[in-house]
Amino acid sequence: YFDFTIENYERVNNILNRYPGNYKQAAIIPLLDLAQRQCGGWVPLAAMDKIAKIVEQPPMAVYEVCTFYTMFNRTKVGKYFIQLCGTTPCMICGSEEIKQTIEEHLQIKEGETTPDGLFTLREVECLGSCANAPMIQLNDDYYECLSKESTIALLEACKKGTPPEMGKWGSLPMNGQVSCEGPLGKTSLFEEPPGPGKFMRSDEELVAKINPADVKVQMGYQYDEG
Amino acid sequence: TNRRENKMMRALHRLSRPLLRTTTRASSAASSAAVPAAASAGRLVLVSRKAMSSSAEVSEAQRNVVVHGGLKDADRIFTNLYGDGSPWIDGAIKRGDWHRTKDLIGMGRDWIIEEIKASGLRGRGGAGFPTGLKWSFMPKVSDGRPQYLVVNADESEPGTCKDREIMRKDPHKLIEGCLVAGFAMGAHAAYIYIRGEFTYEAECLERAVAEAYKKGMLGKNAAGSGWDMDVYVHRGAGAYICGEETGLIESLEGKPGKPRLKPPFPANVGLYGCPSTVNNVETIAVAPTILRRGASWFSSFGRKGNHGTKLFCISGHINNPITVEEEMSIPMKDLIERHAGGVRGGWDNLLAVIPGGSSVPNLTKEVCDTVLMDFDALREVTSGLGTAGLFVFDKSADMIKGIQRLSYFYKHESCGQCTPCREGTTWLWKVMKRMELGDAKVEEIDMLEELTRQIEGHTICALGDAAAWPVQGLIRNFRPQMEERIAQYKLSQQQQQQKQGTHADQAYN
Repeated sequence: YFDFTIENYERVNNILNRYPGNYKQAAIIPLLDLAQRQCGGWVPLAAMDKIAKIVEQPPMAVYEVCTFYTMFNRTKVGKYFIQLCGTTPCMICGSEEIKQTIEEHLQIKEGETTPDGLFTLREVECLGSCANAPMIQLNDDYYECLSKESTIALLEACKKGTPPEMGKWGSLPMNGQVSCEGPLGKTSLFEEPPGPGKFMRSDEELVAKINPADVKVQMGYQYDEG
Repeated sequence: TNRRENKMMRALHRLSRPLLRTTTRASSAASSAAVPAAASAGRLVLVSRKAMSSSAEVSEAQRNVVVHGGLKDADRIFTNLYGDGSPWIDGAIKRGDWHRTKDLIGMGRDWIIEEIKASGLRGRGGAGFPTGLKWSFMPKVSDGRPQYLVVNADESEPGTCKDREIMRKDPHKLIEGCLVAGFAMGAHAAYIYIRGEFTYEAECLERAVAEAYKKGMLGKNAAGSGWDMDVYVHRGAGAYICGEETGLIESLEGKPGKPRLKPPFPANVGLYGCPSTVNNVETIAVAPTILRRGASWFSSFGRKGNHGTKLFCISGHINNPITVEEEMSIPMKDLIERHAGGVRGGWDNLLAVIPGGSSVPNLTKEVCDTVLMDFDALREVTSGLGTAGLFVFDKSADMIKGIQRLSYFYKHESCGQCTPCREGTTWLWKVMKRMELGDAKVEEIDMLEELTRQIEGHTICALGDAAAWPVQGLIRNFRPQMEERIAQYKLSQQQQQQKQGTHADQAYN
């Protein structure tokens, strides 16, 4: 049996309001994500059935979505879900070595969970952080620019229950970088950015031609206030 | 015959490589008053001359060639790329976003579309379709259905990490772009589809959207312009195929992200069956700056047909993996040496570069010496600019293993709808896995190429082509290495059997 908490029902309504009233199906993915967070990292079948009722679709529609996308876990995962990017840009920067390090340190193979339920290791496809390779995603957080030593330090910190805090920009490059500027530092943007209106085209070029409020009428838009 | 063909193709490529020559441009610090001064006057030039023939026509052509690169900071659009300022609305306004948006919108839809067309902006998401043209496909008069702008922030192409920088460091550029582009195409609502793994970036966007609503930049009478605009952020859940235009629309509608057949195109039947346009984050984010600074400013960068600036993500075996904004048509060597710290071990240690995200064929060092980074130049050498996510292999890299892993990526990400892709990517990967060991026959290389030609162009969406091209590039450029590996494996098998003392190798041959 599954139901959203009262607090989460508020979020459910927010989500449903984003999409047109006759296309509730669009909310399936965000609702599955919400259910996954509520259940601690995985989506039980009961949650899928509940979501099917909320969006007024047959349960198969939700099952299809849940099995298609890789981020939905249909079995329990450990407290720290390690997703290691293994695609070629990270691979040539040493992600296989990182995988071996994790496997040896935690004594599990890729795809398995540690016996104490703390870590699950999975190799996933490109995580979109290629200039900071190699990297892993731990639950929601990106730990980038890993080396063998920093990976082991990270795992040890997690075992103690205190994974390192994210950096200023929502990810943590483990080699001291701030974000995407590279280990040797940035090579551009040393000057102050131009302020508002600098380099703006001349005023003669910007004489208003139309009233945008009329465009809606011209287009014959039946705009639904809902 | 294949090998003879390849030799001929290689010779033809060498002949058609662009010729570089010194040109000095008189520094023009003060340009005419009518056009805003382009700050990068007197651009840096390289000295290099390839002596091919002494005909008069060739020298005439050489004299007119200009070298691009060395973008000045004042010409950069993404001024908060390394996070020196605040990403939120106060920082954005200080950097010039949301400045006189009302006046830009007051110029009208046609003016905006003409400006974008004149600027030469081409889609930054990989396909390079002219953006102004794409926006002009949207119906001018509604037939009762609302129209939507859909922003593709599903950055899953291996090698690409530029959209996340825009979304976490400068989200207001994207939001203002949504308003301006949405108005140009008659849309009152924009959906930003961001990949599920980017949780922090999605939070940034949500916060920036909330700020924009609070300040009156979105919602009814957005930015005081008279146009209503709503922006919604939708998170995906981990599928590369949802970066494909119609796959994204299917995913936004709450279904598995399986691409649709085109026609009908999204401008006729798109999101929720309504006319919609899908554009990449970078394309939308540069639009307000183009409108503010002028189309002629933007088209002053890059060669004809490849105008503007681009965010390049350089990764792999280099000394300084970085995301940097540079001018289009910059020589690849210049880009890597100036911004990425050069190849590990020096330029001569370079083996190959994949210039545009994993879906384009690789380029060998001799091509990389002189090729320019833009759509047309890379297409001429049978590759492509794609998303401009370069990854660099030095001589220590195993190309076959790299391409094998890419084949696995495509197999994993195939949605499974159409047979050539579903079966083809699996088959490709299985053969590539054997090629990595060398456990194959030499004839199978030709069979592999034939297989890629059967997948390419016969699928519903471009993932089939994207899976086929890296393998074609590998066979075209690294065939000797593949054959060598096969021979080595055969030799090691024979030696092993001899050690075991059986005479089965006679049957093996």
